Amino acid sequence: MSDNGCGFPAPGLHSFLFKPIATVGGFEFNKVMLLALITTLLVVCFFWAAFGKAKVVPGKIQMIGEAGYDFVRRGIVYETLGKREGEKWVPLMVSLFFFIWIMNIWSVIPLAQFPVSSVFAFPVVLAALVWILWVGLTFKRHGFVGFFKNVTGYDKSLGAVLPLVMLIEFLSNLIVRPFTHAVRLFANMFAGHLMLVMFTVASWYLLNSWMIPAAGVSFVMTVVMILFELFVQAVQAYVFVLLACSYIQGALAEHH
Amino acid sequence: MIANLVALAAEEEQNPLIPPGPELLIGTIAFAIVFFFFWKKLLPNINKVLEERRAAIEGGIEEADAMKVEAQSVLEQYKAQLAEARHEAARLRQEAQEQGAALIAEMRAEGQRQREEIVAAGHAQIEADRKAAASALRQDVGKLATELAGKLVGESLEDHARQSRVIDRFLDELEEKAEATR
Repeated sequence: MSDNGCGFPAPGLHSFLFKPIATVGGFEFNKVMLLALITTLLVVCFFWAAFGKAKVVPGKIQMIGEAGYDFVRRGIVYETLGKREGEKWVPLMVSLFFFIWIMNIWSVIPLAQFPVSSVFAFPVVLAALVWILWVGLTFKRHGFVGFFKNVTGYDKSLGAVLPLVMLIEFLSNLIVRPFTHAVRLFANMFAGHLMLVMFTVASWYLLNSWMIPAAGVSFVMTVVMILFELFVQAVQAYVFVLLACSYIQGALAEHH
Repeated sequence: MIANLVALAAEEEQNPLIPPGPELLIGTIAFAIVFFFFWKKLLPNINKVLEERRAAIEGGIEEADAMKVEAQSVLEQYKAQLAEARHEAARLRQEAQEQGAALIAEMRAEGQRQREEIVAAGHAQIEADRKAAASALRQDVGKLATELAGKLVGESLEDHARQSRVIDRFLDELEEKAEATR
């Protein structure tokens, strides 16, 4: 714990570490894992309620589910991959979007109050999945040489700078891109959580005698940050899926 | 900031950018379950329903279109039939008129013919009668003349009274004859 001498329990990395709530055969099960599993349960249950017994004339839940489904399908997948190529990627992208979004939303849910995606492991799993698909698909579509050209952005007209461009592109596509894909989501949620914790704790900490107005400001900021985080959570889920689609699209495209 | 984070991480031996194994596993499983349900059950379900809905809407539109086309064709058929009926009626009227006119002309011609026949027959009859009368008259006149001459020759012409008596007698005889022949 960092202690700056005034007793303010400043949030830090320790805010992202949890003691195991149960240990099953050496496997330490903590709050984040629990939230991840509840996320799965929530997403599956909601969409089961919406689509399990789907009707031609939809009920309320089905309507909401359809709106969400349509947003990802038409708004993201068809927009980037086109209807013909995109169709078979719809299940993956829909799963990614709602899984990530609900993981993010935990940030502002009372009692949970922790975005699952601010633990790097979760974005990493999803980004790695997209990366593996991208690599596999590029191989499948273009063969070994095609893959190499695709990944390195091979273009004869570049002349002398070609080796440099190829090196940069290679590093960018194969190493930096999946990393940033995961970090973008992780860091946004991480920072958001830090801000929320900071203002929440400060509202409480400042709540004595002459500091009370400052506590009020801090509380207002907490509310503002919650609203802002709600926006960021949706945007990050959207961006993650949009990027996944654009990477897949790059793999399917004829040339770079 | 980053340096700070790294320093902190080093301090606590917990770098937030090095994901712990158990979380990776749980993340994978959690996502795999979501994906499995969406892929195998939920999205096929909803896609089927969306397809049905689309088909229902399009089917309704198509049905309406078909009915419209049918109504149009029936209307055209009726119009065609009506026009045909009018045409037929006009044709019949014209035909009747023509037939009537032909009939009248025929009858007129027939009348004319009969009239001419009758007139011709009349003329022929008259002519025949005239001829018969003439020939009978000529015969009679000859005979009468000879008779009269014979009588005149036989009687004395001096006696005027006798002479006129003879003539009177002759004429009476003649009258009697005419009476008798009538």
